[in-house]
Amino acid sequence: MPSDANQDPLRVTGVSHSYGTARALSDVSLRVAPGTFTVLLGVNGAGKTTLFNLITRLFGTQTGEIEICGEDLNRAPSVALRRMGVVFQSRALDTSLTVAQNMIYQGALQGIGRRETLKRAEAALSAMDLADRMGDKAGRLSGGQQRRVEIARALLHRPQLILCDEATVGLDVKSRSDIVADLHRMAAQDGLGVLWTTHLIDEVALEDPVYVLHKGEILAEGPAAEIAGERTLSDAFLALTAAQAA
Amino acid sequence: MTGWLTCAYGIIWRESLRFLQQKERFFAALVRPLVWLFIFAAGFRAVLGLSITEPYETYILYETYVVPGLCAMIQLFNGMQSSLSMVYDRETGAMRTLLISPYPRWFLLGSKLTASVIVSLFQVYAFLFIAWLWGIEPPLWGYLAVLPALIVSGLLLGAIGLFLSSAIKQLENFAGVMNFVIFPMFFASSALYPLWRLREGSVLLHDIAYFNPFTHCVELIRFGLYVKVNWEALVIVSGCAAVFLAGAIYAYNPSRGLIRKRR
Repeated sequence: MPSDANQDPLRVTGVSHSYGTARALSDVSLRVAPGTFTVLLGVNGAGKTTLFNLITRLFGTQTGEIEICGEDLNRAPSVALRRMGVVFQSRALDTSLTVAQNMIYQGALQGIGRRETLKRAEAALSAMDLADRMGDKAGRLSGGQQRRVEIARALLHRPQLILCDEATVGLDVKSRSDIVADLHRMAAQDGLGVLWTTHLIDEVALEDPVYVLHKGEILAEGPAAEIAGERTLSDAFLALTAAQAA
Repeated sequence: MTGWLTCAYGIIWRESLRFLQQKERFFAALVRPLVWLFIFAAGFRAVLGLSITEPYETYILYETYVVPGLCAMIQLFNGMQSSLSMVYDRETGAMRTLLISPYPRWFLLGSKLTASVIVSLFQVYAFLFIAWLWGIEPPLWGYLAVLPALIVSGLLLGAIGLFLSSAIKQLENFAGVMNFVIFPMFFASSALYPLWRLREGSVLLHDIAYFNPFTHCVELIRFGLYVKVNWEALVIVSGCAAVFLAGAIYAYNPSRGLIRKRR
């Protein structure tokens, strides 16, 4: 990748979005630094998925700017999209295909040939302890395993930014903590920027940079420990959102 | 350039793989026109007399007349099936995987359309083979000459499906496509009866059928199968394909299209 390794994998500046007259996001700004696991925390309906859809260019930006590794998403969408890997909230594996076939398809969508894809897939799945499941139909994997395959798939084209939209919804506690740990490890080891959107506070570590999103606005930002202060993060979050509602 | 080809190949490969895995879809695609050929056409043979009209050089049986319409019917259903699979992919989230590819939307949708045409060609040639066993024998070169006609008509019918997929909000709404798109397009066309026959029954129905792009798909295939070119049909089908594909690309554009309006 030609971009500067010190450049922020993601920078969102003054983004607003409306559905007709309903305001979903209001002047949202955030950044994901290299090697960090950054959390976008908010209750259901806070605007997390809308922001996610804007960053992945599923929706066009109405106002504000989104930069991926310094590339403006609107001006150079192709370059910007090449630098991000995405795990969506709804499972996006084709369950009628094998894990390897899903990988080959994803590789092709990134312009990577079959042989190279399989080589990379094997390495990425090994890191997730799933290398022996390459020949299995994706539908035969557990929910947690499917999620990890999706993460491995998102890493195939060696992006600098990984976006995960409520990626652990519906999973058991063990699978959730394994996935969060895997992504923390990748961020630390490989210098990846991870944006993790969630409404589950127990997935946030005290050292993680956190943005609290509520009703389309960023209410607080900073390390989780700083936002929590003397309270638990959960109490701090409830206090913040209650204050905004009042 | 290699990356673009790899991407297009991947999309076509995935669609073909899914088609091969869905054996019942292949049989359903074949059984539908065969029922028309074996039962409907046999029944109507005595009722519908056909004079010598282009591209035929002699009197023909009704079974022979109806075969090009049934080829187009296969492509029509295949186009709508692709539309259904796009809506399904959108509901399951698989569509997002496609749309976040770094390649432009027009290229991704064009590749998807190409995949749909290739799948329809498999079905049409399987049907033509069975029709040949049934005694419908166009000139041997016709099987080759009809290929470009099938590609162009497949592009149009696939592009209509692609455009519709952007407008259909839920899978359940697909029944409406059957009632308001497939049946009117098929029956108000020259697939089952020649236009001059329709005019004898109703001038209005004739005019509707004439302006129905599906009629021109049928005629393009009919002429191709007899190693001739119907230039009027070729222009109309190509033009309509370009319009519907442009409409689909517009609808899938993140900042302008219909998809944007959905939450």
